[in-house]
Amino acid sequence: MTKSELIETISARQSQLSSKDVELAVKTILEHMSQALSNGERIEIRGFGSFSLHYREPRRGRNPKTGDAVQLSGKYVPHFKPGKELRERVNMGLQMGL
Amino acid sequence: MPALTKSEMAERLFEELGLNKREAKEIVELFFEEIRSCLENNEQVKLSGFGNFDLRDKSQRPGRNPKTGEEIPISARRVVTFRPGQKLKARVEEYAGTEQQ
Repeated sequence: MTKSELIETISARQSQLSSKDVELAVKTILEHMSQALSNGERIEIRGFGSFSLHYREPRRGRNPKTGDAVQLSGKYVPHFKPGKELRERVNMGLQMGL
Repeated sequence: MPALTKSEMAERLFEELGLNKREAKEIVELFFEEIRSCLENNEQVKLSGFGNFDLRDKSQRPGRNPKTGEEIPISARRVVTFRPGQKLKARVEEYAGTEQQ
């Protein structure tokens, strides 16, 4: 499922808003989530999961073209931990043979 | 570390898009529910600019009860993994840059 398919599905499930409004809403939610993580803030959605940042230590890497060693600084990467309901439902899908 | 929750997301939809509070709350609920329901049906979710939610099937493997040391197999299962997109990774790294100084 892509973002545009998600927008269509949500539009079909509710009656008050136009698909244009739903599109704006989905984009606003995703932008809000990206902003939060970029500001070092966690995201916690009960039954879905939580997003946080994991630190990666500085390391020596190599330029794949020249083979030269380069020093890479430490950085943060987004991390997602699925919540209980999501874990159970996805695993149930497997048990049901999907 | 403060955390972003559904109610703040709904609040933003109310402030920025003028949805009424009930509509805003409903859209936020539907957003997460539709992603869950898609993953439940073993379908990947790709949100460009943010990231992809992928599914991986794991076969049964040997495990141990950490308290008793007793061997118990860990059953086959399906798990969700999140792969952040380039755009999100770049934005998050920028934060790291300012934080390190």
